[in-house]
Amino acid sequence: MLNQYTRRLIALASVGTLTFTLAACGGGQQAQNGGTEGETTGASEEDSQLSGSVAVDGSSTVFPITEAMAEEFQQKHPDVRVTVGVSGTGGGFKKFCNGETDISDASRPIKEVEKEACAEAGIEYIELPVAFDAISVIKNPANDWAECLTTEELETMWRPDAQGQIDNWNQVRDSFPDQRLSLYGPGVDSGTFDYFTEAIMGEGGASRGDYTASEDDNVIVQGVMSDQGGLGYLGLAYYEENQDELGAITIDDGNPDNGEGCIEPSTATVEEGTYQPLARPIFIYVRRSAAEEKPQVQAFIQFYMDAANRNLVSEVGYVALSDSIYQKALSRFEERKTGTVFEDGSTVGVKLNEVL
Amino acid sequence: MTANQRDNLFKPARGFNKLSERLVVFLFGLFAFISIATTAGIVLTLGFETINFFQKVPLWRFLTDTQWTPLFVNPQYGIFVLLSGTFLTSVIAITVALPIGLLSAIYLSEYAPARVRRSIKPALEVLAGVPSVVFGYFALLFVTPLLQNFIPGLQGFNALSAGLVMGISITPLVGSISEDAIYSVPQSLRQGAYAMGCTKKEVVIGVVIPAALSGIVASFILAISRAVGETMIVTVAAGQNPTLTLNPLVSVQTMTSFIVQVSLGDAPTGTLAYNTLFVVGTSLFLITLLLNIFSFWFVRKFREKYE
Repeated sequence: MLNQYTRRLIALASVGTLTFTLAACGGGQQAQNGGTEGETTGASEEDSQLSGSVAVDGSSTVFPITEAMAEEFQQKHPDVRVTVGVSGTGGGFKKFCNGETDISDASRPIKEVEKEACAEAGIEYIELPVAFDAISVIKNPANDWAECLTTEELETMWRPDAQGQIDNWNQVRDSFPDQRLSLYGPGVDSGTFDYFTEAIMGEGGASRGDYTASEDDNVIVQGVMSDQGGLGYLGLAYYEENQDELGAITIDDGNPDNGEGCIEPSTATVEEGTYQPLARPIFIYVRRSAAEEKPQVQAFIQFYMDAANRNLVSEVGYVALSDSIYQKALSRFEERKTGTVFEDGSTVGVKLNEVL
Repeated sequence: MTANQRDNLFKPARGFNKLSERLVVFLFGLFAFISIATTAGIVLTLGFETINFFQKVPLWRFLTDTQWTPLFVNPQYGIFVLLSGTFLTSVIAITVALPIGLLSAIYLSEYAPARVRRSIKPALEVLAGVPSVVFGYFALLFVTPLLQNFIPGLQGFNALSAGLVMGISITPLVGSISEDAIYSVPQSLRQGAYAMGCTKKEVVIGVVIPAALSGIVASFILAISRAVGETMIVTVAAGQNPTLTLNPLVSVQTMTSFIVQVSLGDAPTGTLAYNTLFVVGTSLFLITLLLNIFSFWFVRKFREKYE
């Protein structure tokens, strides 16, 4: 009897110790995170007398960045309330041109009809790029046949009617070897999924369903890395951080106007506007009157455009702009330059550094 | 001392006793009822949402589609795709767990010296206490690369290593319960068999195992239920690619890992994505229920009573 008790006790104690150790690890990490947050927010406390509210709405793609900025900003200025809605770019502009919001998140430049609506309501806006939304297509390092893929080939792999049909590399291009093609990508709730399907298939959400879909980037990477015929796509920021272990595929969109031939994914090609169609700048639009009348809006934009906060952009998975673009954007804001630089509403081939 | 005095001395406070007795009955009954209420709640929720699902998707598609892509533009609802994943990983796990568990149980209870038994059994129990997510990463980051050395074409996520490791994780369950059953076979049976001139092997195989059969089978069924319902190991190591296949070398999706996949994103109430969670949950529930009923029937039918 006693023996049985001792045995149970040993077993229980071991399990208990293990749980405790794990819990302790988790706790440690949390404390660390708390520490770094504290450091960034403790930097300046002098202008915390700001108050009032900032109303933001719009694209779900820009939402994570604005949300991260808003959180950090509100820690500095506890009396300011920044509300961030997710109505989509179009829905956001509707409210914006109605004068309901101060700032509108947008994953594309403003459209002609939206410009007219704003003009009618007498809303002037300042257009500011905040980051690049870019996707990299990754392959296994042992894959020596697919250096470059065209957008048509990507569409062949991923379009909805490829489901159950396309499962070998030689179906994608005749010169590719007879090798099973296994696909990895984000799930349907991811902004990356929306953008990829929009850019490649021309219709948001149009994708085959028989691939390993995960909201966790690590699963995609793990799958592609351990599978010779693996191919996946994820945010460029993740690829840039893990470049050494991942193999990226260069993309040819068949349009020589934005770079001839195959373009490799990198911050440079993204900024030049040649890594198409898998990269686009994303924006916020600020109502001019709000910027002038509300000091809290002004402070929020200055915080948003501060190159020191660019780590927040890459933390949520986007490519931050270069310092000079941030500077130009900020001076655009200070000079209250209204209107859009994308007259035809397209960002393809546009070099932000030149047009701002 | 008068009789009256004696009565006062020994009379306990019966009124209070009765009250506390009833209170205790009520309290304990309440706690017992909690588990019943929970089960009823689960069954009701599963039932309602499953009905909602079948109002949108006909049952025959659920049973005959050969793909499972309910969240995409070309939705297919073949539950057998997920069933095949669950079946495949469970069969591999059971193939590992049943022999190892049973043989180690026989060794521990019949052959092992007391000293060995004392150290091995707690070790088995510690193995049972390892969190399954740890087993999952063990399969993904250790077992799979190891197996890829021998098996070319083994995908990074595959049913094989997930199944093997899941087998190891449920071995203690089989071992521990079978060992209890074997150990509790009365000594007199063994002695009787020895008296008839049986060898040790004959005693174990011919007398002890049949006598403990109902307990052993109960442990098997429990282990199968665990394997079917196991979530973290298959989610981490078997991948999340719904494939209708019995090939253990490729990535599959089990019923449980589909639930994890959908729950990680947004599944707004009332949408089809939300309903699929429940219809898969119901399928899982039915499988384990059937297993439990079978185990209940088997144990009652084959239990040997030695008084």
